[in-house]
Amino acid sequence: MSDLPVDLPIAGPTAPPRSNGEMVFDAPWESRLFGVTMALVEADRFSWTEFQRRLIAAVGRWEADHPDGEGYRYYERWAEALESLLDDLGIVDIETTDARAHALAARPAGHDHSEHGGHGSSPTAHDVP
Amino acid sequence: MTAVPRAHDHPDAALRAEALESLLLERGLIDLNVVEGLIGRYENDVGPMNGARVIAKAWTDADYRERLLEDGTAAIGELGYSGPQGEHIEVLENSDKVHNVVVCTLCSCYPWPVLGLPPSWYKDPAYRARIVREPRQVLAEMGLALDDDVEIRVWDSSSEVRYLVLPERPDGTSDMSEEDLAALVTRDAMVGVARVAAP
Repeated sequence: MSDLPVDLPIAGPTAPPRSNGEMVFDAPWESRLFGVTMALVEADRFSWTEFQRRLIAAVGRWEADHPDGEGYRYYERWAEALESLLDDLGIVDIETTDARAHALAARPAGHDHSEHGGHGSSPTAHDVP
Repeated sequence: MTAVPRAHDHPDAALRAEALESLLLERGLIDLNVVEGLIGRYENDVGPMNGARVIAKAWTDADYRERLLEDGTAAIGELGYSGPQGEHIEVLENSDKVHNVVVCTLCSCYPWPVLGLPPSWYKDPAYRARIVREPRQVLAEMGLALDDDVEIRVWDSSSEVRYLVLPERPDGTSDMSEEDLAALVTRDAMVGVARVAAP
């Protein structure tokens, strides 16, 4: 992150994307997904170009199925793109993601991700050193 | 490439994203601090104020303006802005005869180092399809009415090229400092769906 401009406020009321009247992400999981994807790019697990190809394909598939464009959720397509790329690269297969997502969905009430949002909401993540 | 199989009781995207993150963490493929650093960077540190500084400098420094139009990436780099999605930025100059507007018809390509991450409407299927077909109408709906004699040029971003619009400097700003000018420049003006309003 050496190219990070150093003279900018890290947070606070003047932090610009928000001062522009719009949050960058609509939900905490979207920001997590973005961060995870970019971290994988930084770690050279795949290139942005490879990811983008999947994203374009996922967006195109959705739009072919929904000509009126109603109900479009950009980060759902992003998630689909990342899942398919990680599956094809043999990093995390779809079945494993499915199983984990179902396990997370079965958590007792009060542990649901959407109640807390944000980082560290996953009990699994907390257990990892 | 195979489509992702979708079970009928498919857990929602938020759960799937959380599942992926937890699996990647367990396998040591991502570092939590790196993930959070990247999120914080794009939520707080990188955004349209970077582009606004570029525009204000171009308005006040003719040499810089020339360099910016010649090689956007290099001139933007002079101000310290670079990084992912900023590898090749072209700057498009608006005038009273030509108005430039930017789209990414295939997905969401956008010059992150100068504008941050794109707003929802930029990623929306309606904007992406309609701005190409009927730009004058779409711009009018977004509040930018252009005279019929203004030529509209629509630029489709790609993984190779990202665009930044250099808006016209508003009248009545000749005494303003670069810093004050930067405060006038909006994200929408740099995408080409608005003008910079006079103070």
